[in-house]
Amino acid sequence: MQLVCPAGSLPALKSALREGADAIYVGFRDDTNARHFAGLNLDDRQLRQGVELIHSAGKQLYVAVNTYPGAAGWARWQRAVDHAADLGVDALIAADCAVLGYAARRHPNLALHLSVQGSATNVAALAFYHERYGIRRAVLPRVLSLAQVRQVAANSPVPIEVFAFGSLCIMAEGRCHLSSYVTGESPNLCGVCSPAKAVRWSEEPEGLTSRLNDVLIDRYAPDEPAGYPTLCKGRFVVNGERFHALEEPTSLNTIDLIPQLAEIGVAAVKIEGRQRSPAYVEQVTRVWRQALDSWQRAPQNYRALTQWQDALDKLSEGHQTTLGAYHRSWQ
Amino acid sequence: MKLSLGPVLFYWERRTLLDFYAQMAEQPLDAITIGETVCSKRRAMSLDNWLGLGRELQQQSGAQILISGLALIEAASELSSLRRLCANGELRVEASDMGAVQILGSLGVEFVGGPALNVYNGHTLAELHAAGLRRWVPPVECSGEQIHAVIEQARELGINDVETEVFAYGHMPLAYSARCFTARAENRPKDDCQFCCLNYPEGMSMLSQEGMPLFTLNGIQTMSGEASNLLADYASLRDCGVDLLRLSPRAEGMVDVVQAFDRVRKGATPPLAVTGCNGYWHGRPGMLRSDEVNLC
Repeated sequence: MQLVCPAGSLPALKSALREGADAIYVGFRDDTNARHFAGLNLDDRQLRQGVELIHSAGKQLYVAVNTYPGAAGWARWQRAVDHAADLGVDALIAADCAVLGYAARRHPNLALHLSVQGSATNVAALAFYHERYGIRRAVLPRVLSLAQVRQVAANSPVPIEVFAFGSLCIMAEGRCHLSSYVTGESPNLCGVCSPAKAVRWSEEPEGLTSRLNDVLIDRYAPDEPAGYPTLCKGRFVVNGERFHALEEPTSLNTIDLIPQLAEIGVAAVKIEGRQRSPAYVEQVTRVWRQALDSWQRAPQNYRALTQWQDALDKLSEGHQTTLGAYHRSWQ
Repeated sequence: MKLSLGPVLFYWERRTLLDFYAQMAEQPLDAITIGETVCSKRRAMSLDNWLGLGRELQQQSGAQILISGLALIEAASELSSLRRLCANGELRVEASDMGAVQILGSLGVEFVGGPALNVYNGHTLAELHAAGLRRWVPPVECSGEQIHAVIEQARELGINDVETEVFAYGHMPLAYSARCFTARAENRPKDDCQFCCLNYPEGMSMLSQEGMPLFTLNGIQTMSGEASNLLADYASLRDCGVDLLRLSPRAEGMVDVVQAFDRVRKGATPPLAVTGCNGYWHGRPGMLRSDEVNLC
């Protein structure tokens, strides 16, 4: 199984490469990229340097042009596709049909991966993108149980990549408008969820309070750890009860599932986190490289080591992790 | 302007559903979409039951009857059901997932693209048109300006035979998950949900800790806390090139809703303000009402 790691900067890219990533994914510095934050991402010179470093190490570089273009911005997405082809990257990760169609027709040699934002959860959807645009891989949304991933992988026309570690989207990616409902900015169009500029923290008589565009997301007792006010991870009131009505602050961690994912025939496991620091990328890549190598050496004896789990827990939201939808009981 | 009744997004008892449609058959609607779009465990109506209802509605009402399927297809059994639904041979299908687009395209039948398909530009509309799309419901988060730009861009590409239907009334579907939030709120595992969403005919209200209705929990679907209402925006809907207005069923008061939209499309002056939200239409956060943020 290939290990696909994130890079939001040249130092992060170098860390991932040094620690054993098989492929590294990046994005451009504009809204064609779902991780388009101030100060993040590589400029053209850094990208060219990155391609060279990665290719001379015999590894791969992917570029994500994974937001949905509105009619007005279409030319920018075309340019992003051209730019990726010009850089000589090993794959373009895209979600929008028109972006995929443009890339397939204009750059027939550029390998296309269907982004998780494409929201393809079943073999018929995968067949659509394969038949029409010749995608060579698809990243599955984090909504399928392990049994469902198995069934999709067995019948898919293309190899499958799944999320292995990082922030946990609990909604089908590409199908979530919670953020735009509250802030006006969405993952699909703006590449953001619960954008930082809409966040406000305040010390109130009832406790430390986080708000998103003035909507109260959570309120903390003095001894409670406070997390980033992602909409789906706040505490809300349903039927008079206050609780994490959608999900708790937690990260996805599937290091225990490596043997099952490999047996299913998953082609690649993806680490989330282009917005994270080089140190984060370094530590997560190192642990996952060790785990995959350990499994490769002796698949029958594979066991996720406590030290790996501890290291990953420390890097996780709320310092806790979950198997998410892969495990039926989570659902 | 045509009026379209969207699929019932909540889980209602079969009797409730049949009574509702008997009432709607008498309303001035041009299109009625039936079918289950949220959860495969909601089995009060089988595909045959839906098709039977469709036949009855075709006789009782002058409306075009369509059928929609699940927006989130996870299990192989759900995909098989979707294949049967797409091949029904009687009712036009609303595709809510690219899997449905693929199946309908392979069958060579024309279809409607529902709001869960990601169409944000005219080139994408053209791609789906090539697969057989002849009507689209833009994602609920699109503004009037964005929708107009899509229509114009598609026209420049020579696409002139696609109708545009805008979600104009009701709780907007905002997200889909593997997790059932209704079961979670009732401390039940999804696999033993006891169909608890039957107890919430308009979904479960999820409030902020300050009591603001933020979202509505409807099984695996998360909906807007406020109902969308674009009645006051009728003139701009028409000017944008919208052909149909989708009214999404609620448990109470739908006759009044249809009647209010019908009066306005027949020339009555739209109200200056309405209850509900319309921020998305104005390019603002969806939860807002335009008169609250001085947009009108």
